[in-house]
Amino acid sequence: MSITLPKVRVPYLLLFPGFAFLFTFFILPIVNLAQTSTQTPIPGGDTGQYEQSFAFSNYINAFLDNRDQFARSFVYATLATIFALAIAYPLAYAIAFKSGKFKNILLVLVVAPFFTSFLLRTIAWKQILGEEGFLVPTLRSLHLMGQQTTITSTAVAVVAGMTYNFLPFMTLPLYASLERIDPRTIEASGDLYANGITTFRRVTVPLSLPGVVAGTLLTFIPAAGDYVNASILGSPNTKMIGNVIESRYFKIVDYPTAAALSFTLMAAILILVTLYIRKAGTEELV
Amino acid sequence: MASERSLSPEARSILGARISRRSVLAGAGGLGAAGLLAACGGGGSSSSGGDTNTVRWGNWPLYLDFDAKTKKYPTLEKFKTLTGIDAQYFEDYNDNDEFFGKVQAQLKLKQDIGYDVVTPTDWMAARWIRLGYTQKFDLANIPNAGNILDSLKSPSYDPNRESSLTWQGIMSGFGWNTQKNPKGIHTLDELFAPQNKGKIVVLTEMRDTIGIILMAQGVDITKVTEAQFMNAVDFMAKKISDGWIRGVKGNDYAQDLTSGDATAVIGWSGDMFILSSENAGKFDFAIPESGGTISGDNLMIPSTASASGKANGEKLINYYYDPAVAAEVAAYVNYVCPVKGAQAEMEKIAPELATSEYIFPSDKTASRLHVFRSLTPDEETTWGEAFQKAQGN
Repeated sequence: MSITLPKVRVPYLLLFPGFAFLFTFFILPIVNLAQTSTQTPIPGGDTGQYEQSFAFSNYINAFLDNRDQFARSFVYATLATIFALAIAYPLAYAIAFKSGKFKNILLVLVVAPFFTSFLLRTIAWKQILGEEGFLVPTLRSLHLMGQQTTITSTAVAVVAGMTYNFLPFMTLPLYASLERIDPRTIEASGDLYANGITTFRRVTVPLSLPGVVAGTLLTFIPAAGDYVNASILGSPNTKMIGNVIESRYFKIVDYPTAAALSFTLMAAILILVTLYIRKAGTEELV
Repeated sequence: MASERSLSPEARSILGARISRRSVLAGAGGLGAAGLLAACGGGGSSSSGGDTNTVRWGNWPLYLDFDAKTKKYPTLEKFKTLTGIDAQYFEDYNDNDEFFGKVQAQLKLKQDIGYDVVTPTDWMAARWIRLGYTQKFDLANIPNAGNILDSLKSPSYDPNRESSLTWQGIMSGFGWNTQKNPKGIHTLDELFAPQNKGKIVVLTEMRDTIGIILMAQGVDITKVTEAQFMNAVDFMAKKISDGWIRGVKGNDYAQDLTSGDATAVIGWSGDMFILSSENAGKFDFAIPESGGTISGDNLMIPSTASASGKANGEKLINYYYDPAVAAEVAAYVNYVCPVKGAQAEMEKIAPELATSEYIFPSDKTASRLHVFRSLTPDEETTWGEAFQKAQGN
């Protein structure tokens, strides 16, 4: 007994730090946020003073007031995810199968942007896409872009910024999946008279699906809640729901609406992701 | 007309050579946007509150003369030797709301917040006073209080300056690219001139942007009504939806000017000062003919400061209202100096700055600067909401 009992406890002891962390930094804030989301201003109170009144109408008002920004968030996030997938798949494929001795260097290069802050990278894009950067004058002199057309402060810049910023999150899981494919399955496909395209379609893609699912989730979820790209690269006409939450929280000091919007965003993402995973399957996620 | 308000090229080049807090800021690259995700400062509350010989001052970063060699604040060091008071300085202000959020609970519970002097911006200072979170000065300890500029003497939130004194003043007006606007911008119509279409950026600071629009519409911003305010917000929203205004931004409008994305802005004097000095006359700034806004950050003593902390804080405030000391600070920070007589003192230490309209606006300029009236909590919410909605939030 004296030997087996601690053995039973060990798994729980090992789990304790994780649970304690999640409880303190996830469960408690979520509960707090839920409480805040149904508060209303104290009559005659000062800015930022709210009391609990279980006003679930906060949710309806918050959603109806900001439908455009919600829609924009999901459209931009979806576009960024599609573009990131289109760029990352060939990239990960080349690193996994064709890079030979450069594999490690290429992997480091994929992660290299993380050595600089997210914010600075986005600000750099603003300069690159700006009026007096390299790109816009070049395109204009080639007459590929009108003299009055601009890139920054448009949806194009916001989606481009998100695609760029989340690209490593797409590339790495894809690489992990592709790299794990047993080359013998590809050889076997050739032995069965499948050509390159058929092999790719029937063998490589299905085997890399877990990476696709993981990559799209890792891109879409943060992209839908992102507000940095929209605020730095966008204009008032490209504001996303993250910008609204930020302004509600810090500028208007309207904590309940900010909390209600956060919950609505979380719920919307959860529903979309659940549907997506049901369809794609989670058996071999990551 | 224009030359009276703008700096001469000579002055600009002299000023451009100076190393100031603004050059430090610009060198850091991130400018204001870096503050967006910057971690909040700590430290203030770690010091002891019971010591009778200390004063703890929470202020904004790069807002006090600093000697990079000795890593010390020269004027603060002098204060310590003069008075024997151990002045502890914390660059803990990152954002008015954030700072308020950090100390509000303790203020409510009347527990020491870790500062004997705080430095909130006007509208936030109004909130502190309204909530009773400040202590009235013992003016016997601050004989220099009378040195405050006439234009700053009686803000609506503290008409007799009983519990607040301006630390530095910030002017807002029109800034422009001189190549695109060779004649300069002095009226709202000139701001919305065809060459600037789609390249105008205005400030996220509601009182500055809407204040300037209101004054151009002939409204007295010290008495603005809700209908007048909403009318000005609609004007801005229309200019956004019609594609005139490209963005509503904080400090980062400076990057838009340098990248060419913006050719005309409603901006702050200090930022335009560094832009024009770093880009050899490519940018300029003027207070609109119809009027610009001036706001300030205010030295205040929180309700939780001990009797000795309060007395020492008052001595500190008095010290910084000495014209000679104020000039030394202004030579570094380049904001509007709120202290009468500092200009004469500046002539002794940096004569080229004594004529700077950025630091010492002439009477003519000062008469066109106005302070937005303080808002009730309800107005703060509904007006703020309207302003946020107009910018797509």
